[in-house]
Amino acid sequence: MAKWGMVIDLDKCTACQACVIACQAENNVPNSDPEAAGTGRSIHWMEMLPIVEEEYPHLRMRLMPRPCMHCEKPPCIKVCPVNATQIGSEGIVGQINARCIGCRYCTTACPYTVKYFNWYKPEWPAVMENHLNPDVQVRYIGVVEKCIFCHHRLQKARDLARYEGREMGPNDYIPACAQTCPAEAIYFGDLENPKSSVAILSKSKRAFHLLEDLGTHPKVTYLSEGV
Amino acid sequence: MDLKKTFEQDEEVLLRPVREVNRNYYITVGILSLIVAWAFFAYFYQLKRGLGVTGLNRPVYWGFYITNFVFFIGISHAGTLISAILRIAQAEWRRAITRSAEVITVMVIFFGVASILMDLGRPDRIFNIIESGRFQSPLLWDVTSITCYLTASTVYLYLPLIPDIAIMRDKVNKRKWLYNVLSLGWTGTPRQFKRLELVISVMAILVIPVAVSVHTVVSFVFAMTVQPMWHSAIFGPYFVVGAIYSGIAALIIAMALIRWVYKLDNYLRDIHFTNLGLLLFVMTLLWTYFTFSEYLTTFYGAEPTHMAVFWSKFSGEYMLEFWGMIVCCFVIPVIFLSNRKLRTMTGMVISSFAITIGMWLERFIIVVPTLANPRLPYERGAYHPSWVELSLLAGCFAFFILLYVLFTKFFPIVSIWEIQEGRQHAVSEVAERVRTYLPDAHTEEGEAQAFSREQVETARP
Repeated sequence: MAKWGMVIDLDKCTACQACVIACQAENNVPNSDPEAAGTGRSIHWMEMLPIVEEEYPHLRMRLMPRPCMHCEKPPCIKVCPVNATQIGSEGIVGQINARCIGCRYCTTACPYTVKYFNWYKPEWPAVMENHLNPDVQVRYIGVVEKCIFCHHRLQKARDLARYEGREMGPNDYIPACAQTCPAEAIYFGDLENPKSSVAILSKSKRAFHLLEDLGTHPKVTYLSEGV
Repeated sequence: MDLKKTFEQDEEVLLRPVREVNRNYYITVGILSLIVAWAFFAYFYQLKRGLGVTGLNRPVYWGFYITNFVFFIGISHAGTLISAILRIAQAEWRRAITRSAEVITVMVIFFGVASILMDLGRPDRIFNIIESGRFQSPLLWDVTSITCYLTASTVYLYLPLIPDIAIMRDKVNKRKWLYNVLSLGWTGTPRQFKRLELVISVMAILVIPVAVSVHTVVSFVFAMTVQPMWHSAIFGPYFVVGAIYSGIAALIIAMALIRWVYKLDNYLRDIHFTNLGLLLFVMTLLWTYFTFSEYLTTFYGAEPTHMAVFWSKFSGEYMLEFWGMIVCCFVIPVIFLSNRKLRTMTGMVISSFAITIGMWLERFIIVVPTLANPRLPYERGAYHPSWVELSLLAGCFAFFILLYVLFTKFFPIVSIWEIQEGRQHAVSEVAERVRTYLPDAHTEEGEAQAFSREQVETARP
């Protein structure tokens, strides 16, 4: 069985945020207005994590793309009272919007703070309303949502492969962020397949994970820059 | 004065609040109802617009509602637990105070539960908890434990009420049908009393572990996550101690108000308050000990993510709340309660108000700063409650007080039959009990353990 994972090469990343926008468009994430952004309520499944290194005057600012880590041992699924967030057999941590009661226990339990809550009814500018992605459900008000590695793309790829009577190839399933990245800094694939780029790169000497010491075993690996 | 006349006097005084209503009562109920109505409006506003009308955000996903939840569940420890312990310990001074304590528990739990409902993004899906409930989630432990506690506390409040309801059925010319149904055909035969006392003592033992479990699992909601300053083994007992602490404070305030409004000085006597005040002082010290242990351990370990939370409480954004808590829960109670001169009614009521405020701040200081300081270097969060959250806090308090006031108008707030039973049996029973503590003595006149005051006086050289 496949284990989907991601590798983000920080040496290649230019922090252009194309991944952030691609994710937003692919997954029908509502645009946030200045008010929502100012009060910390905008939703970004893929977000730039600002890291400030050293101090003034030798200040160094870095931005790291941060999707959901898709932990092998996710702290969020343990606490959900209604089974609305689960880890699938292929390692994708999913969110069942239709069952979520909006208690926000998973959002507080996630050490990476990657889960988002729908504070408002999702709204788009009129011109965009007819351009939503039909493959992705628009979320309700009052539920939690998160990056799901564009799970709908996996379903589509699998259906297509079955229809064409072949095995799924390594490039059949790729999330929007990885597909969009102009610097090709985001790799995506099956960690169980030893020949896949993610499996090889995640064993690189440059590889590290966010908050590794918490024992959550993230399936998003970073390659450190400047080595 | 014969026993019968005394009994009649007890019934007369203690049923007066049920029999008579005056203008002040209507004014109180009116004001409280207005606040409650306003809170309902605020809640429907939130229901319509979503949680965007609160001050919550990412990462401060929990704020006032969860604080209120922990606080109200804490207050609920006043009644059942204290009353059960006093009953089991055969503390004779309990007779006048158990009822007023037990009512607090039953009434306040509703607002703990309501706070959770207010916090839900989708309250319409609440039954998913039953349909797809997962027992790995500490929230489901809460649901189980609190439901159990509410049921047990209600039974534990109702059982000792039965003889009093029967008295009202016979002697109050109001709501006959209600008292008739609720008294379950009580006639006060010795057999009935024997059975009732057996059930009460079984319930008193049963509710203690349930009460302890309630606040333990409330703390587990926080302690089971890996978040800084939540993931702490001290949280279970720390929350239980805090709960009893705030509970006793709430009880003292309630009793002082009852005594003042219904002029029950003769029933809720100074000795009751003094005893509760001493208990409150012990809890002050215990709470301080837990708080000290918790913060010193964090400080000494000095893990950066924990220290970020620590400093935000100690000298950062939540400084006012943190030091407010220390003043309200430690400085003020210690000054008033440790000193016999200041441990007056006023002193105890001041301390109790301070503790109630301080314990609310403590819950806030536990919930918010941890969320505002996540592990990863995002922008630090800030939280400012909106008018909706403030209205609902006010509404919860007003509704609780309203229910309490209404209870005192439907049922005697001091247990009549337990006072009467005390007059009838307690003195001789206690004397008998004390006698069994003393070693047997054999003299020429016969066997004896204790002697009357006259015997002692004459025997002295």
